[in-house]
Amino acid sequence: MTESTLLSVEDVIVDLPTPRGNLRAVDHVDLTVGAGRTLGVVGESGCGKTMLSRAILQLLPKKAKLSGRVMFDGQDLLQLSPEKLRKLRGRSLAVVFQDPMTSLNPVLTIGTQLIETLQEHLELDMVAATKRSIELLAAVGIPAPEQRLMQYPHQLSGGMRQRVAIAIALSCEPKLLIADEPTTALDVTIQAQILDLLAREQRRRHMAMILITHDLGVVAGRTDEVAVMYAGRVVERAPTPALFKKMRMPYTEALLAALPKIDAAPHTPLPAISGRPPDPTRPLKGCSFSPRCRYAWAQCHVEKPRLEEADSPGHQFACFRPIDASASAGA
Amino acid sequence: MLGFVARRLLYLVPVLIAVSLLTFLIASLLPGDLAYTILGDQATPEKVAALRQEMGLDQPIWVRYFGWLGNILQGDLGRSFRTGQTVLQAVTERLPISLELMVLAQVIALAIGVPLAIICAARSGGSFDRFMTGTAFGMLSVPTFLSAILLIYLFAVELRWLPATGYVPFGEDPAKNLRFMVLPALTLALAEWPGIMRVLRSDMIATLQEDYIALAKAKGLKASRILFVHALKPSSLTLVTITGINIGRLIGGAVIVETVFALPGIGRLLVGAITTRDLIILQGVVLLVGAGFVLINFIVDMLYAMLDPRIRHGHA
Repeated sequence: MTESTLLSVEDVIVDLPTPRGNLRAVDHVDLTVGAGRTLGVVGESGCGKTMLSRAILQLLPKKAKLSGRVMFDGQDLLQLSPEKLRKLRGRSLAVVFQDPMTSLNPVLTIGTQLIETLQEHLELDMVAATKRSIELLAAVGIPAPEQRLMQYPHQLSGGMRQRVAIAIALSCEPKLLIADEPTTALDVTIQAQILDLLAREQRRRHMAMILITHDLGVVAGRTDEVAVMYAGRVVERAPTPALFKKMRMPYTEALLAALPKIDAAPHTPLPAISGRPPDPTRPLKGCSFSPRCRYAWAQCHVEKPRLEEADSPGHQFACFRPIDASASAGA
Repeated sequence: MLGFVARRLLYLVPVLIAVSLLTFLIASLLPGDLAYTILGDQATPEKVAALRQEMGLDQPIWVRYFGWLGNILQGDLGRSFRTGQTVLQAVTERLPISLELMVLAQVIALAIGVPLAIICAARSGGSFDRFMTGTAFGMLSVPTFLSAILLIYLFAVELRWLPATGYVPFGEDPAKNLRFMVLPALTLALAEWPGIMRVLRSDMIATLQEDYIALAKAKGLKASRILFVHALKPSSLTLVTITGINIGRLIGGAVIVETVFALPGIGRLLVGAITTRDLIILQGVVLLVGAGFVLINFIVDMLYAMLDPRIRHGHA
């Protein structure tokens, strides 16, 4: 990571008070994204990846407590005044949410929802904003964009709505786009199209992107770096090619093994990860993955491993019993 | 949209027939003979029989119903046997008063309830929200006659700012008319704003949890735009419903308020018709009020469609 750092998340903690006690959704997370680079954040449901994205956007629930630093473009977002933060959001920091069925306002036209963002940040008049909206819709692959401006979200399919959401996110040429499981709610046939669209626009606009997903397969060809999260912590972090060549954390290996393989024989049982993630309101003393880990030994249950640099540059993992290179080759 | 309007209008026909049938039945089922009521208890049986025949009261009920319905369709709702005034005359004379009262009351109630609801929802759980929710709850339990008397005491007796009772037609002297209307309208509004506020507040709080509000924030929109454009519109369906119900209810006049403030509106016309057993006026007015109620609900349906495109396109 020698080029200029755009976003750096430093020691971020998110605590959510619940009736069952404090829930630590994000636990001492450090991440950096360089300008124009892509970071994949991977983990199963409830691992804190969405809370992390909301923490970066400063869109956490009211009751949530956030500590640490989120440096974006030289400014600490946690210290920013609401007005300055508002000017940043949508302008240089944009987001695409998971479910396009709920993330667009059902009572406003597509045009209104696009144009309001443009007018808010770029001070365009109605004619210019409309023209740019049509260009944006065309750029994200929406046919007959002029007519779509007058339509409401329910008149579009899920894939089309997600394209609209992407057009809104791209509208002001942001420096960083956070895509929070952008394809999870879509038909499988649409997923690849949307991911390719995001990758294409990211390269074309030289925009940095955080791609949040539960699917290691999604990040494989589309990101520069991957961070694997488990129980609120980053447990392995590496440049994407290095990770897939030589993963060290048993959880990463288990995640990859749980993906269905196209060349597997029919009726091959899927090696799902047994057990469930730990209850986040009852933190474990040792490694959070130790109860489900097939390599765990005594130390793993009593001591928390720290995220530390491995032998190759930029590759970090938090594990006392890392998989060695030769053993993971077949994964 | 045109198809939607036509469909809704078609629904009105059976509803209006049911309203007319019920109105007629209720008036006919009231104890006592209309002929006796008109002629008084000194009437000879021959006279009564003659009048019954003249009025068609000796006919079977369904013949009378269709005769009445036929007259209505020709614009004849009947004539009071006491004052000689037609139903239409009596209603057109008094309806403007009740309508003015209704409109003023709604405007005041919405002007109080809607902004308070938005502020409370934007800061739900805060001290202002808790205070206003409590106040609204308290106001809901104050009966109209009590707030009417308290308002008269305060503004007419103590401060002497406004007249206590009376009425001047708007066409005669608009300023004076409004002075007479303020207290009755305020009395009605005081009873209605708490409902408006509570309904809109809870709908807004639910809407503010939606993903599209989070996205609106992530787009860097101003808080006022998020509240008024993104949140208010999808939250206002229940508000429109209860405002429609309030309006429909007030078309029939506000009996208590009109009585306390001596306003000659529809409410007092109805009460007068009941106490003098003026059945023709009674059934005519009830029919018109019922039709007005149905019409308001039709307008509410149209407003739904305007507020939510999914209803307009038949998706919801």
